[in-house]
Amino acid sequence: MNAPASTVMPASKETPTVVEAADLSLTFQTNDGPVHALSDVGLTIGKGEFVSFIGPSGCGKTTFLRVIADLEQPTAGRISVNGMTPSQARENRAYGYVFQAAALYPWRTIERNVALPLEIMGLSKTEQRSRVAATLELVNLTGFEKKFPWQLSGGMQQRASIARALAFDADLLLMDEPFGALDEIVRDHLNEQLLELWARTQKTICFVTHSIPEAVYLSTKIVVMSPRPGRVTDVIESTLPAERPLDIRETPEFLTIAARVRDGLRAGHSYDD
Amino acid sequence: MTRLRPSWQVMLASLAALAALIALPAAGGTASMAGSGFALSAVILLLAGALVASLRPGPLVSAIALFVAAHGTAWMLINGIAGGEGTAGTAYFLLLIAAWLLAWQLVTVLSAMRPAGKLPDYAIRLIVPALFGIWILIMWEAIVRGAGVPFVLLPPPSAIGARLANSIPILAADVNQTIFKAVLSGYIMGCGAGFVVAVLADRFLFLRRGLLPIGNMVSALPIIGIAPIMVMWFGFDWQSKAAVVVVMTFFPMLVNTVAGLAASGSMERDLMRTYASSYWQTLLKLRLPAAAPFIFNALKINSTLALIGAIVAEFFGTPVVGMGFRISTEVGRMNVDMVWAEIAVAALAGSVFYGVIALAERAVTFWHPSIRGG
Repeated sequence: MNAPASTVMPASKETPTVVEAADLSLTFQTNDGPVHALSDVGLTIGKGEFVSFIGPSGCGKTTFLRVIADLEQPTAGRISVNGMTPSQARENRAYGYVFQAAALYPWRTIERNVALPLEIMGLSKTEQRSRVAATLELVNLTGFEKKFPWQLSGGMQQRASIARALAFDADLLLMDEPFGALDEIVRDHLNEQLLELWARTQKTICFVTHSIPEAVYLSTKIVVMSPRPGRVTDVIESTLPAERPLDIRETPEFLTIAARVRDGLRAGHSYDD
Repeated sequence: MTRLRPSWQVMLASLAALAALIALPAAGGTASMAGSGFALSAVILLLAGALVASLRPGPLVSAIALFVAAHGTAWMLINGIAGGEGTAGTAYFLLLIAAWLLAWQLVTVLSAMRPAGKLPDYAIRLIVPALFGIWILIMWEAIVRGAGVPFVLLPPPSAIGARLANSIPILAADVNQTIFKAVLSGYIMGCGAGFVVAVLADRFLFLRRGLLPIGNMVSALPIIGIAPIMVMWFGFDWQSKAAVVVVMTFFPMLVNTVAGLAASGSMERDLMRTYASSYWQTLLKLRLPAAAPFIFNALKINSTLALIGAIVAEFFGTPVVGMGFRISTEVGRMNVDMVWAEIAVAALAGSVFYGVIALAERAVTFWHPSIRGG
């Protein structure tokens, strides 16, 4: 429940909480009856953590992310973001959100796409320029400022959308299967870059995926979820070191964690369909 | 003879030219001496062009040969028939068909050309449709004059052109009255009002639910029928025509803009929400740019609707100037060439109007897949 202001206390061993959810439930009313997207989800995410949400489709991982982002309203339970309600957190621009697709505006150049949140927040032109240059450098897109999104590859577009989420320097980054539509090689590359970026910026990242290797490779904490109703079946604290080259994925430690994730997924999956 | 590889158009054209040669003496009695002289040289010219093209000397030489043969023949035929309208025999029409076939082959050759460089490529893209248009006029002129079609039914394009050139002051006054006063002011007011109401309808649910079905219905009505009522309301001058244009352009703009405002994706809108963007910021930075292709669609539809509306509205009462007024009075006085001259001016003005909007569309919605090409 601590605000991020507690970063001024470097001696504190306790990492401040960024997201705290308790008994969180969300039911969608559809024509085919109610769908329990989330059921009694309780979770705490500390500052600077890299948390992956993994599970089969329909398990509520995206819904949970959208509840944090105040894009969906929970029907029961409590949730706080930076000690505020999600709605207040959104008004305070507490997070950057990266969607499944890059969702760049085709009529804006890359630099003006990245500047979009800064324009909305009313930053000065000079401030906008320096921040755009800095964030594009962070995602290795320097030199592509004047290109339009449709002139770039899918991987570059997704990097631009990450830059857009980073541009206004929110401490929390919410990523909803950002690399799901990309091929394996580009994905590996972007995973590496994302880890590097996380190490440099010290942000808290919530990352939705349905790839076990991706979840294990990236995360300090893996949240395994299961569908119908969407709930958390396992929370795994990663024992992998902070420094992670790509070939860490062949180590026994990595495989042990991956196996535990797989077991969690299997246990939560009812084979009734 | 193995080197000769004529295309089927050239082959048919040669056969038609030879057949014309045979038919020529039979027609000699009626055609004037100058006429048959022209016809003979036309046959020679046609065959020479066909021969050169059949040798396949390369697209440029073929094109030049075909161009000279087809247009030279057409020129000779039209000149030869002067003074003898309506007396044309079989030879005349056979030669006309032969010239037309060569022109067909010319356009085929030109269309297949892939010149290096931007300028020649652009030139060919202009020349091909221009040739199409010119040949419509040539066939019109040659058939009308050769067959002696009565002037009131269909005047030849040369007479229309002459009338147009001699009536510039009248036409300019008509254009000023109809296009610059009625069409433009009505168009701006109608499109502007449609746009504003669309934004309001998007903002307020009751307007969207209530007004849009009516808008869809009204845009399907023949609104031109209200023209006499508008004349009663707003008087004989251009104001009543502008009013008709306003009503005609309002609903297409309304319906298209509302559809356009709903066109932005849910992900893009969620993105704006995560930035805590205000209604106006989302409107200006996301929804209006995304609606631009729809809005330009309406602007293009309305450009033609406005012109039709203003011209037809003038049939129902107007001061003694205006394109619709001129058309309706001149047709009553059997001055069909003047009617056609007005139609030509209206076509030109409409094309310029449409073209300007299409250019603006290209500049504004350059990012849309339909414009950037995939």
